Amino acid sequence: MCLAIPAKVINIVEHSAEVDLMGNSRQVNIDLVADILKPGDYVLVHAGFALERLDESTAQETLALLEEVAAKGEY
Amino acid sequence: MSIKGKAEELLAGIRQLSGEPFKIMEVCGSHTVAIAKSGIRELLPESVQLVSGPGCPVCVTDNSDIDRFLSLAQTPGVIVATFGDMLRVPGSKTSLQAVRAEGADVRVVYSTLDALEISRQNPDKEVVFLGVGFETTIPTVAVSVEIAEREHLSNYSILSMHKLVPPVLELLVTDPEVGLDGFINPGHVCSVLGTAPFEFIAGKYQKPSVVAGFEALDILEAIWMLLRQRQEKRAAVEIQYSRVVKPEGSPKAAEYISRYFEPVDAVWRGIGRVPQSGLRLKAQYRLFDAEMKFDLPKPKSVNTPGCLCGEILKGRRHPFNCRLFGKACTPLQPVGPCMVSSEGSCAAYYRYSQRRGMSAV
Ligand code: SF4
Repeated sequence: MCLAIPAKVINIVEHSAEVDLMGNSRQVNIDLVADILKPGDYVLVHAGFALERLDESTAQETLALLEEVAAKGEY
Repeated sequence: MSIKGKAEELLAGIRQLSGEPFKIMEVCGSHTVAIAKSGIRELLPESVQLVSGPGCPVCVTDNSDIDRFLSLAQTPGVIVATFGDMLRVPGSKTSLQAVRAEGADVRVVYSTLDALEISRQNPDKEVVFLGVGFETTIPTVAVSVEIAEREHLSNYSILSMHKLVPPVLELLVTDPEVGLDGFINPGHVCSVLGTAPFEFIAGKYQKPSVVAGFEALDILEAIWMLLRQRQEKRAAVEIQYSRVVKPEGSPKAAEYISRYFEPVDAVWRGIGRVPQSGLRLKAQYRLFDAEMKFDLPKPKSVNTPGCLCGEILKGRRHPFNCRLFGKACTPLQPVGPCMVSSEGSCAAYYRYSQRRGMSAV
């Protein structure tokens, strides 16, 4: 129930952001994020909310890992 | 290096450090799922043991709380909004799914934002969100109260059955019957709280803990890091999941919890009352508190006969020790909550042991 995944911010309007969540466009609330977000930033998304901003390189690392696992199946 | 190569390297490292018995609790239900799915337990040396913990919010919700929200769902004029995991959890007599079939208005939502939308669209109904979850989810519930207040959504309220992870860990760290040597800390709870609330594991009890991510490789690396601490005769809270978890967490999200909620004693299924491990809305937000709005019954907590869920949540037993596992109790016909939630230990081991053709019992 605590799962959260990285998503890329596409657009921001007031309290919410449109994000790219594993290839799907979603609206998430951004009230919990301290940083000022801009398009291209990465956020950690849980239950419709961005919990925090992620560094781009670390977000990419997570996404690459998720993709690699998805592509190869589990060992 | 490929995933397989990295895994082999980590396993070799773990084998090298194994030696004396070492019992690790993976606190979080999502870790339990990842471990069951990848078969890590079978790959580890015999002396390194993994036991599941209380980190499945649905599983630790006490019977008495379930009976309370079931009575709420059966109240005329009330719409209950809930995460899907709660639907099939059995109370002492029935479940949300069953009362819904009898006409109760129960809506599954993905987010508290959806529950707010239901409130906006049904001004003549009372909408109650079932607040079940840990520190990852609680800030999202706090924001929903903020929005309801801002928009004067007086028909929105929450029933707070939230639980806090550090207080229950403090109880388990000292349980002589389990005898834990180290902890895999919940990654996304720590992404909100940071590591400070987990320092006591090392500081007060001299046991290592590692905040881990949710891929099999993350978990293997965390196990290796725990063993390395033992080897180096030190205890600390370390972060393996540094691509997401910062030592300070997400202070704004954590601050939302303390702004809207205050700690209270809470009953955890199978574990009992844990001091200051639950949350209720602060008095100034009572307009949004379902406890204040409705006259809810205070049923006794009852145990489900034959179900070992409580012992499993404390790390004392494994699902395979339950005589009902896979026989009287399956995900389609769950007897206890550990078989209902997809993150419950019983459900996780049922699903993946079936798939790998392991003997379930
Ligand atoms: S298998 Fe079913 S009855 Fe047994 S402990 Fe798990 S949930 Fe309870």
